[in-house]
Amino acid sequence: MEVISALADGVLVALQPVNLGLAILGVIVGLFVGAMPGLGSVNGVAILLPFTFVIQSFTGGATSPMIFLAAIYYGAMYGGAISSITLGIPGASTAVATTFDGRPMALSGKAHIALVTAALASFVGGTVSNIIFTAFAPALASVALDFGDPEIFALMLLAFATFVGLGGDDIPKTIFSICIGLVLATVGFDIVSGEPRLIFFDITGFSHGIRFLVLAIGVYGIGEMIWTINTSRYSSSMTQVDVSAKNIWLAIKEFKTAWRGTSIGSALGFFVGILPAAGATPGSLMSYGVTKLISKNPKEFGKGAIDGIAAPEAANNSASTGAMLPMMTLGIPGSPTTAVLLAGMVIWGLQPGPLLFTNQPDFVWPLIGSFYISNVVAVLINLAFIPVFLWMLRMPFTILAPMIFVLSLVGTFAAYLDMFDVWLMVIVGVAAFFLRILDYPLAPAVLAIVLGPIAEPKLRQSLLFSDGDFSIFFTRPIAGPITILAIILILLPLFKVIKNKMKAAS
Amino acid sequence: MRKAEIVTAVILAILSLYLMWKSGEPPSWNPDIARFDNIWMIKGEGPGSGFWPFWLSFIMFLSTIWIAVNWFRKTSPMSVSDEPFLDAYGMKMLVQVGGGLFGFLALIHIIGFYGAMCVFLIYYLKFLGRHTMTVTLLISVLTPVVCFFFFDIAMRIVLPKGYLEPLFIPLYDIFL
Repeated sequence: MEVISALADGVLVALQPVNLGLAILGVIVGLFVGAMPGLGSVNGVAILLPFTFVIQSFTGGATSPMIFLAAIYYGAMYGGAISSITLGIPGASTAVATTFDGRPMALSGKAHIALVTAALASFVGGTVSNIIFTAFAPALASVALDFGDPEIFALMLLAFATFVGLGGDDIPKTIFSICIGLVLATVGFDIVSGEPRLIFFDITGFSHGIRFLVLAIGVYGIGEMIWTINTSRYSSSMTQVDVSAKNIWLAIKEFKTAWRGTSIGSALGFFVGILPAAGATPGSLMSYGVTKLISKNPKEFGKGAIDGIAAPEAANNSASTGAMLPMMTLGIPGSPTTAVLLAGMVIWGLQPGPLLFTNQPDFVWPLIGSFYISNVVAVLINLAFIPVFLWMLRMPFTILAPMIFVLSLVGTFAAYLDMFDVWLMVIVGVAAFFLRILDYPLAPAVLAIVLGPIAEPKLRQSLLFSDGDFSIFFTRPIAGPITILAIILILLPLFKVIKNKMKAAS
Repeated sequence: MRKAEIVTAVILAILSLYLMWKSGEPPSWNPDIARFDNIWMIKGEGPGSGFWPFWLSFIMFLSTIWIAVNWFRKTSPMSVSDEPFLDAYGMKMLVQVGGGLFGFLALIHIIGFYGAMCVFLIYYLKFLGRHTMTVTLLISVLTPVVCFFFFDIAMRIVLPKGYLEPLFIPLYDIFL
């Protein structure tokens, strides 16, 4: 009852004109970045994070900027389907699975059904996940209040271990990516001893540390853009869509046949989304796979099955809320986008973690309320403005790309008023492009940069407390199982190799 | 890709070793501390300041060796790929786009953010995008104008203007 009352208050705050306006604006921006191939929610929130200082300076708190960024996140999950269906190019990796059936359906002249199914499935996925989030989050936060330094460090270790064990990327490259993110987070002055660390070539710009935004915008604003230009080569061809009111109404009626995919996507997406390293992309792929597996007509999948569109779209929306759960309750982001949101919370003066629910209810509940509002806003805007988004998708990438470069440079300078950061951001972006070509996963590095400044003090405090004895991470009742689980996850790829060798030998 | 994979692994291994060396650096104000003294546990103080970055850099170094072993055994996708690291298009694009970005950065120090933004957009839209002169000029002029009113006037975030600074003084007189 207490939760419902807090949520009702939160919804009322989220409905205040300023917050509602920001949610609408955020959803529109999100739909756009989600729909544009090469841009995803993480690019949107990373590039626009510096601009939230403006919102904060007007509204005075952290709630409104966070509502804006969360709405971008939401909108992007809806938007990804638009280009998957009409261009055959996923607007973001989270919409890859939507292409499997969305594109064939569009090519068979039913693009309107695919677009409406994607929007409605996203809405159902978002609503189901919001309800689960509201039910679980306060309970998890209250359990997490008992966590000490070793428990929090063990959780961080678990977050990184999931990348290694379940990430699906090249393992040594994933480990390298995590470690370089953690090392770059140590540049500057050591907060414990006050000693300078890793001040490269005595350049004073490094003494304030490498700021998160510099790396996030470098990777997602510059590196990803150059990579997209290199892979897409500025080319795409769009399917014509008849989006008359009559066709949309017929498509809405058709949606009831997609109940199976929608239900599986909504439930599975949320729980996969909670896992660090998993998130919306594997959530949507898994939901697609499971729906196909239990479908009565699995042969229709890949040829334009309605369930094949509903499942991944419900899942990616559900997973985006799922990824918020560890971020809000434990202070551990489950995806690169939530890592940027977490960094934003720190910049706005909040301390993410379990205490957020007790110390900052006036931030938490309006934000949760805004999830519900943004979800409704997103489905309405998506359905009402499909023709506008289709028109925007025709914007040549040769216009969009330089605008993003300009926004990245201006945004980085405006955040810190330091040209050193702008130079560093572009250098990081070019380096990220090279690493991306060679399949070095960059999401773990971004997560590590956010978690590094939290993880190191927790490790050092724990070891100081135990007089240098690492067994503290194994002997405590909560930290122990988490650490052991993390180690198992790290060793998981090794088990797979042994299993494969044994199979090959027999 | 195969050659690029091992070259990158070697570069990253050297970077890891450099980071290990740098992490062990003693603070300049205390000559009594030897290099690498700070990477261990210090009695009564817990881990030293170099503990965390040094051992992470060490793990980075180990992972680059792992990448090299995979390359040698041809067990990773990149180690068996015969695609070029960057084809002719990719190389040209990188020079044009990357060069344009660094040119943009260099120009900021001379003609400021707004001037550099305008030049960069003209370069990109006209020469890389091959858009019409009308589209090019419309976007290249409007973007700096909108940015000026947003940052300098509305937000009071003053962006560098280089040698074009005197041109903005009348605008400040009018709008501020």
